[in-house]
Amino acid sequence: MSDNTVDPGRRRFLTGTATVIGGIGASFAAVPFVASFQPSARAKAIGAPVEVDIGKLEPGQRIIQKWRGKPVWILRRTPEMIESLKSFDTGILRDPESDKSAQPKYAKNSWRSENPEYLVLVGVCTHLGCSPTFVPEPGAAGMGSPWNGGFFCPCHGSKFDLAGRVFAGVPAPANLEVPPYQFLTETRMKIGADKENAT
Amino acid sequence: MNAIIRQLTGLRDWVDERFPLTKWWNDHLGQYYAPKNFNFWYFFGALSLVVFGLQIVTGIWLVMSYKPDADMAFASVEYIMRDVDWGWLIRYLHSTGASAFFIVIYLHMFRALLYGSYRKPRELLWILGMLLYLSLMAEAFTGYLLPWGQMSFWGAQVIISLFGAIPFVGEGLSTLIRGDYVVSDITLNRFFSLHVVALPLALVGLVFFHIIALHEVGSNNPDGIEIKKHKDANGKPLDGIPFHPYYTLKDSVGIVVFLMLFSVAVFFAPEMGGYFLEANNFIPADSMKTPEHIAPVWYFTPFYSILRANTVNFLWLDAKLWGVIFMGMGVMILFLLPWLDRSPVKSIRYRGVLYKSALGIFVVSFLILGYLGVLPVTEMRTAVAQICTVLYFLFFLLMPIYTKLDKTKPVPDRVTM
Amino acid sequence: MHRLLLAAIIGVLAPLSFANTPGAPELLNANVDLSDQAGLQNGAKLFVNYCVSCHSASFMRYNRIAADLGIPEDKVAQSMMFTTDKIGDTMTVAMKREDAETWFGIPPPDLSVIARARGADWIYSFLQGFYIDESRPTGMNNLYLPGAAMPHVLWELQGLKQPVFHTQTDELGKDRQVISHLEQATPGLLTEVDYKKNLRDLVSFLVYLGEPAKLVRYRVGVWVLLFLSVLLVAVYLLKREYWKDVH
Repeated sequence: MSDNTVDPGRRRFLTGTATVIGGIGASFAAVPFVASFQPSARAKAIGAPVEVDIGKLEPGQRIIQKWRGKPVWILRRTPEMIESLKSFDTGILRDPESDKSAQPKYAKNSWRSENPEYLVLVGVCTHLGCSPTFVPEPGAAGMGSPWNGGFFCPCHGSKFDLAGRVFAGVPAPANLEVPPYQFLTETRMKIGADKENAT
Repeated sequence: MNAIIRQLTGLRDWVDERFPLTKWWNDHLGQYYAPKNFNFWYFFGALSLVVFGLQIVTGIWLVMSYKPDADMAFASVEYIMRDVDWGWLIRYLHSTGASAFFIVIYLHMFRALLYGSYRKPRELLWILGMLLYLSLMAEAFTGYLLPWGQMSFWGAQVIISLFGAIPFVGEGLSTLIRGDYVVSDITLNRFFSLHVVALPLALVGLVFFHIIALHEVGSNNPDGIEIKKHKDANGKPLDGIPFHPYYTLKDSVGIVVFLMLFSVAVFFAPEMGGYFLEANNFIPADSMKTPEHIAPVWYFTPFYSILRANTVNFLWLDAKLWGVIFMGMGVMILFLLPWLDRSPVKSIRYRGVLYKSALGIFVVSFLILGYLGVLPVTEMRTAVAQICTVLYFLFFLLMPIYTKLDKTKPVPDRVTM
Repeated sequence: MHRLLLAAIIGVLAPLSFANTPGAPELLNANVDLSDQAGLQNGAKLFVNYCVSCHSASFMRYNRIAADLGIPEDKVAQSMMFTTDKIGDTMTVAMKREDAETWFGIPPPDLSVIARARGADWIYSFLQGFYIDESRPTGMNNLYLPGAAMPHVLWELQGLKQPVFHTQTDELGKDRQVISHLEQATPGLLTEVDYKKNLRDLVSFLVYLGEPAKLVRYRVGVWVLLFLSVLLVAVYLLKREYWKDVH
C-alpha cells in the first residue's frame, strides 16, 4: 500500500455522490418496467366508452352493459321508485350524501344520477368485488325492514338501495360506483365518457 | 443516527447466528483477494453477469405480454413494440442484450487465451465456462425462434435439420426435436419452455458453480502467476487487493462505459444494420416460402462457415455429415484447451513468437469465418472458408507442439502493474 | 482516423442491409424525414386513400396515429376510418382474404412492418418503378419487383411510364434488350417533383408505421447517454479515490 494520506471526508462525499446519482439512475430505469404494467393500448381500446340504446327500456326494467369488462347497470326507475327514494329514512344508510363514494359530480345527489329516471351504476360491490343481484320488490323476503327495493350482494350480504347507496351495518364501505356517462340523444347514452372528459 | 446503526448491526448479528451472511460477503467480496494488476480484459466477467441480469429481468417482462402460439407470436411481439407502454424499450434491451451477451462472452474467452486462464489449476473453471457457453448458444437459438418471423423459422429449420445428417437416427432425431414434421406451433411451444425455464435455470446454476470454482482457485492475472505464493504474516496475498471496494468500483466504471455503448445500440441502432434484428424477421413465418438468403445470427456464423466449408465426401461419410461433425468439433475442441497447451508459462506476455503468431492467425481465421457466415456462398468464399477452417483446427491440434517449442521469456516472481 | 473507422464499419455492415432483387436497378434514396409532421400527415392521408383499401396495417391503431401525428381524433375518425367507427381499432381492410387471393393471386401483405422488412428505399423505388407491360394481367410491370402482382395504384398521380430499351451483350455473347430507363407515356395529375415529394411523405409514414417508437427513441437515448456520462464521472472519481491505496 502506498503512503498517500487518505482523506475520509472526500471518500465519504464521493461515495455519497455516486450512490445518489446511481440511485436516481436505478429509479429512472425502473420507470419503463413499472409503466409497462399500465393498461396497454389494446386494453384501453377494449375498455373504450360504449354506446347503449335505451329506447326500449321500460320503467322498472334494468339492462346490463359490459364496460371495461365489468357489468354496468342501467335502471329506468318508476315514479314510485323515485318517490320511495325521497321518503327514505336516510338514517339506515352509511353514506346517504355520497361523500365517501365514487361518482361524477352530476351524480352526487340523493338519487345518484343526472336524470332521476335513469340510474347508471357499476355493478360491482364495493366490498370485495362480487356483483350484487337486483331485488326490486318492496318488502322482499329476507331483505329485512324497511326494504323499498334495491340490490343485494350474495357474497357477504351487503345491501344497497335503488340509488346504489349502501346500508349501514353491512360489510361494504361505500355506495356503488357511478361511471362517467352522458346522454347522446333521448334514446342513446354513452358509458365511460362524459362531456367533461371526452373518451 | 447511531441508534439506527446499532439496530442494523444487531440485525446483522441476528442473521449471522442463523445464516453465513457476513461470511459469504467476506469470502466473495470483502476479503476475496484478487490480483492488483487486472487490466482491460478483466472487465468482461463482471459485464457478462450484468448482461445476464438484464436478460433475466427484461425476459420476465417480455413473457408477461408474449404469446408462444404460432398464430399469435408475431403479433404479440408487435403488440409489445406498440401497445405496451415502453414495451419497445424492454424488447430492444432484450434483443440487443442477446448480441451484447455474445460480444462480452467472446471477449471474456479471448482473455483466457491471452493469459492462459484455463491452465492448471483452473481447468474445471474453464470447463464450467465452456458449459455456460454451450447453454448460452442453446438459449440464444431457442430464443431466436420466438418472434416467429421468417428468419426465426428458417434458421430453426436449417439448424434442426443438421441433426438429420447423423446416420441411422438423424431423421428421427430431427423430428423428435421439432415434435412435428416441420418447425411448427409445437416446436415454438417447446422452445419457449426451454428458453424461459430450463436453460435459464441451467445458466444460473452454472454461473454459480463458475464463480465458486473461481473463488476456490483464485483469479489468474495478466502475468499468469499465482499471487497465493507470496503472502504476508496474516496470510493475505501480497499482490492481492480485496475485491470490494477496489474491483467493485473499477468494474462499476467498466459497467457504466458498457451501458453507454449498449445504449447507443439500443436507442440509435437496435437493428445494427440487420445483424441484431434482421429485415426478413419482420415478415411472419411462412413454411411455404424460404427467404432468398438465410444466415444464422452473427454469433453463430463462424461455426456455420465451418459447416458449409466441407464439400467433399471422404472416409465412407458424405460431405453433409462431415460438415456437421466439424462444426460440432469446432466448439467441443475448446474443452480440451487446458490439456493441449504445454507451455511452461501461462501469459502471452512471456510466451514466444510461435504462440503469438498462432493466436493471431486463429483470431483472424475465426473473424473471417464469422464474416463469411453471413454472406451467400460463392466458390471463392468457400475456398477461403476451407483455409480458415483448417487454420482454426490447426491452432488446437498443433498446440502441444508449438507451445513446447516456443521460446518463452522468464516469468517475474511478483505481478507487474 | 474516425472517418476510416466509420467507413470500415459501414463496409462490414453493408452486406446485410436490405438486399435488392438481383439484376434490379440501384435503389433510389427515399430520404425519409420523421421530424416533418406535415409530411407524415400527408403520408397518412395517402396511405388510407390508396393503400388501406387492399392492405391492412393490423398492428396500428387509429388513435395512435392521431396522437403521434398531432391530428385531432374526430378528424381522424372522419377522414381516415373507413372500416370501423372505433378510434381505438387497428387498421383492418374490408376485403376478404379469399377474395384478395382470387383477384391478385396472393393476398396483399399487411403493411404494419413492411418498411422494416423491405426498407424505405426499396418501397420508394418500387412505387416509381411501374411501367406499361401488356403481357402482364394488370397491364403493368415493375422494375424493382418483376412480375409484381400489385397494380399501379398511384397511376392517376404519376401517369403512366413506358420502358426505353437498349441492347446489351451478355456473357454468352448474345445481344439482349434490357430496360435502360423509363419515360413518361401519359402525364399524371402531379408533376414528377410533386409525385416524388408525395411518395417521400408516404414512405416516411410507412417508416413511422413500422416502428412508432422511433419518434421518441432517439430523444430518450440522448437523455440516457447524458445521464450515464454524469454517472461515469461520479463513479470514476470514486474509483480513483479508492485506488490511491493501491498505486
